[in-house]
Amino acid sequence: MSDIVIKSENLGKKYVIGHQAENGRYVALRDVLMKNALSFWSKAKDLAKGKPIIQGDTLEEVWALKDVSFEINRGEVVGIIGRNGAGKSTLLKVLSRITESSAGRVTIKGRVASLLEVGTGFHPELSGRDNIYLNGAILGMSRAEIKRKFDAIVAFSEVEQYLDTPVKRYSSGMYVRLAFAVAAHLESDILVVDEVLAVGDTEFQKKCLGKMDDVAHEGRTVLFVSHNMNAIQRLCQRCIVLSHGAMVFDGESGTAIGHYLKSKDLNQQVSWPQTAQAPGNDVVRLRAVRIVGDDGKVRSNFDVRDHLAFEIEFQVYKEAQLAIVVQFVEALGTYIMVSMDNYINGPWGKQSPYAAGIYKSSCYVPGDLLNEGQVSINLWIYSPPSAPSQSPHVRLFNVVSTDVSDRRDPDGARGQFPFEWGMEPAVRPKLKWTIEKVA
Amino acid sequence: MHDETIILEPGRAGINYWNDLWRYRELFIILAWRDVSVRYKQTIIGVLWAVLRPFLTMLVFVVIFERLAKLPSDGNAPYALMVFAAMLPWSLFSVSLGEASNSLIGNEKLISKVYFPRMIIPVSTIVVAFIDFLISFIILLGMMVYYRFLPSWNLALLPVFIILALFASLGPGLWITALNVKYRDFRYLIPFVVQFGLYISPVGFSSSIIPEKWRFLYSLNPMVGVIDGFRWSILGGGSPIYWPGFILSIGVIIFFLWLGIRSFRKMENSFADLI
Repeated sequence: MSDIVIKSENLGKKYVIGHQAENGRYVALRDVLMKNALSFWSKAKDLAKGKPIIQGDTLEEVWALKDVSFEINRGEVVGIIGRNGAGKSTLLKVLSRITESSAGRVTIKGRVASLLEVGTGFHPELSGRDNIYLNGAILGMSRAEIKRKFDAIVAFSEVEQYLDTPVKRYSSGMYVRLAFAVAAHLESDILVVDEVLAVGDTEFQKKCLGKMDDVAHEGRTVLFVSHNMNAIQRLCQRCIVLSHGAMVFDGESGTAIGHYLKSKDLNQQVSWPQTAQAPGNDVVRLRAVRIVGDDGKVRSNFDVRDHLAFEIEFQVYKEAQLAIVVQFVEALGTYIMVSMDNYINGPWGKQSPYAAGIYKSSCYVPGDLLNEGQVSINLWIYSPPSAPSQSPHVRLFNVVSTDVSDRRDPDGARGQFPFEWGMEPAVRPKLKWTIEKVA
Repeated sequence: MHDETIILEPGRAGINYWNDLWRYRELFIILAWRDVSVRYKQTIIGVLWAVLRPFLTMLVFVVIFERLAKLPSDGNAPYALMVFAAMLPWSLFSVSLGEASNSLIGNEKLISKVYFPRMIIPVSTIVVAFIDFLISFIILLGMMVYYRFLPSWNLALLPVFIILALFASLGPGLWITALNVKYRDFRYLIPFVVQFGLYISPVGFSSSIIPEKWRFLYSLNPMVGVIDGFRWSILGGGSPIYWPGFILSIGVIIFFLWLGIRSFRKMENSFADLI
């Protein structure tokens, strides 16, 4: 007799978004006035009817999730994977009751604890101790429960010395460790986790994975969204693959990952013409990201020897100090390397802010560095003096990708080496070697 | 391990709501405590200012309404005492309204990442206003000592009027909060309502100066009933309650409470999408 804890039947979630009509059509002043009067009138009608007012001349319904059905049994650890915008986070939000579904029905048996962000509700002015109680309560723990686990939480986080200092003085590592420590001690039947492993250093990520392993072995049901296929493979036997809001595969993890990799088109550039849907918030939003070659043109394929550049176009709405982090990842989500923009060369937290406007930031990757294979980038835009993990404005995974292959030029890093490289290193730069006879 | 079953369907979110509110009461306390801690961790001047403001407003009103306009006080009470007795509920009302209406937007990160009955947020901000109220109350007691004014037994009923003041703030607070998430312009309404209300409500003057034939209509302003009640309680028999008006004010308070809770619940499900 199966013990179904989550049952989703034809789950759907739709959003209504607005589109601006092209400006070219309205030339005459009369037309402009007419257009504004009509939109004012229809907004007033919406207001009277109690419908939300959406900016834009025409409205479109977008189904973020459509006809998603599955059953999850007690004790299963299920991964949810898919490209950006596939609906993974939306699915988690519906299951966590943060947003209401638009169609279908979900039946949940048991208490759900959601980890959609590390450090939810942390207040910078309060001490670490206070924030443990605050964050714990927000995640659903009772005060007695937090008190009981307090020592274990502090031990896990390793911030004992700084417990009574305001959290705003913590380093980003401490911040993230404390936040995860609280979340790690949640006791609930069902745990829903979103991309949490993407923050922090390797040490921390190992700790997180270890803890998730423990949770899985305790017999709790876990739903796990991640772009890191290694983590997924390690933790989950079963995976659900989402694409454009629909479920395209539900089954064994290895096969699921195969599906995901195949469906992942290599998009060398991506842009967001509709500002409202662009990643970001009211401070900064992305406009476009692309991979270009030496000539400035977008390319889908590079040789290991080619120089390439990532162009990141963004629009700043409110003056703020901004910095960009780019993580290079390969096909399965493992990190190759990371790079940060020039902000790090100046005094931390004390540089002149970006004025409102549109900017293009370029990250140049020299040739003879990357190994063959698929390269993708994760992109973060945040405001120092905070750390990237603390409420970034933009946090996007696998934004653009490209294939890197080896033409086997004799004066590249490969030289005349005729065999396969074999060891699948992340990078293979052309390093300087010298040799001299010493005796 | 709880084993309750929850069914998520469009339009169904309401069923467990009131149970959830009780279940999340500890979160309510923590959020209120957080707001109070953060507020009072700030400068001494900041805290003093929050309390000094009603006091200074009272001084200005005494000069304008008593000295210049020569308006009468209630019974034998000193004018300053009469005004300050009204500043207490008025500040509670205006601060609650201001804090509550921005509370959801200020807590948007919480709302988009965690589930809890959203009503907890505006209600917990009222606690901050209540703490200010308690401090002002101590000042009021100080003033009574200064004027050697002995309160009557009516003072024992003050808690009733305090609760009335809280309800009077909660109703419009919830209503405007809900509207503010969808139509951001509503937050511009608050400072205006508060400014306007300060002069329309019987804060700087006694409601007994309102001509008899208008007194009933005047009580459509819910704060009229609350302020009259506060005055009766603090100043004693010299400040009688105009009962028909008082009942009307209570009716308006109950209406807004119903409207506020209803609008809030209706819009609650789309908060995470709109914020």
